[in-house]
Amino acid sequence: MAEATLLHDTTAVYEPSLFGTYSKKIGMWLFLLSDSLTFGALLYAYSYGRISTPNWPTPFHSESIVNATIMTAFLLTSSLTMVLAVRAAVQGNATAQRLWLLATMACGMGFVILHGREWSKLIAEGLTLPVFPKLPGQAAGGEFANVAQTVPQFAATFFGLTGMHMLHVTLGVIYLGVIALRRNFIPILLAFWLAAWLGTPSYSPFHYGAHVLLVAAIVCSIVLWLKPKVYDSSDVEVAGLYWHFVDLVWMFIFPLVYLMSAKIL
Amino acid sequence: MEAFQQAIAERVAEQHRHHGKSQFFWVWAALLSMTAIEVYLTYQNMQPVRMLTILMGLSLVKAALIIGYFMHMKYEISRMKWLTMCSLVACLALMMIFFPDALRIVSLGVK
Repeated sequence: MAEATLLHDTTAVYEPSLFGTYSKKIGMWLFLLSDSLTFGALLYAYSYGRISTPNWPTPFHSESIVNATIMTAFLLTSSLTMVLAVRAAVQGNATAQRLWLLATMACGMGFVILHGREWSKLIAEGLTLPVFPKLPGQAAGGEFANVAQTVPQFAATFFGLTGMHMLHVTLGVIYLGVIALRRNFIPILLAFWLAAWLGTPSYSPFHYGAHVLLVAAIVCSIVLWLKPKVYDSSDVEVAGLYWHFVDLVWMFIFPLVYLMSAKIL
Repeated sequence: MEAFQQAIAERVAEQHRHHGKSQFFWVWAALLSMTAIEVYLTYQNMQPVRMLTILMGLSLVKAALIIGYFMHMKYEISRMKWLTMCSLVACLALMMIFFPDALRIVSLGVK
């Protein structure tokens, strides 16, 4: 009888995992390692520009620093709620898992909204990129109009780095939404897309950036309809790894980009 | 193969059940405190190089806390820990090869 039981022991049939964990989690770690090189390259590009440019601007007033600090607090709190969601998932408490995931999404959305507000303020004051649509009546330029002209590397690296991070946070919120609500999240995502698209003026980069939500809704719909499944605790844990990574990257962007470029009067 | 993956996932979940909830709150409080220290230091008129060193040091501690506790790397087997972390650090360290060029531009100008 004991031998018969041994035959059903899966660890006896298959070679044990080299890394002591399941393949989905190893896959996510490999993705995060490759993604950290993307952010590493962007952070190094920013630092390179800063070292090689003696008149590097320090445009961030205390208002911007307070805004970025609140954004950091949102991300750190979202990491706490995420780890509590994972804990609820492994304990089999589906209601708590969903509530913690929704709390994480709320913190992530708070981060994106504050970040969007910061971008809009900087763009209105003249810190812009040639690819951004022109603001009506911006010819005279604002406080940072000369920064955009004399040190174009600043705007390019700032928007490149923070934009890539904002995209990751947005996709992270969508990822968690799919895990928490599955197909029910698609109409919510479409509502967010419409609100972001119609609620922003045509000269805002977010007016066009909102279409990321539409593309994500289409991709999520295809995935959820082709392979519908109930997400288990391992899916929540893997989603959590992605979310914590987004938080981790911000721990380097915040001091390097914001605190080191604070305007001290 | 699905059954094998499921068995490993259940074993990992079992390890998670033993993690105390309070330690996550402690880590969160430590991360918030270090962020507050960073913001405080910003307005202390320190020399940029010294400030950068302190800020990056704090960021590395924060990163270690997030990876170790929130991403559960502390509880992975040592092979997983060493392979992922060493490869990441090596790749990021290789990118530092560009910094001497940035310093050359400052002292010699763009050539």
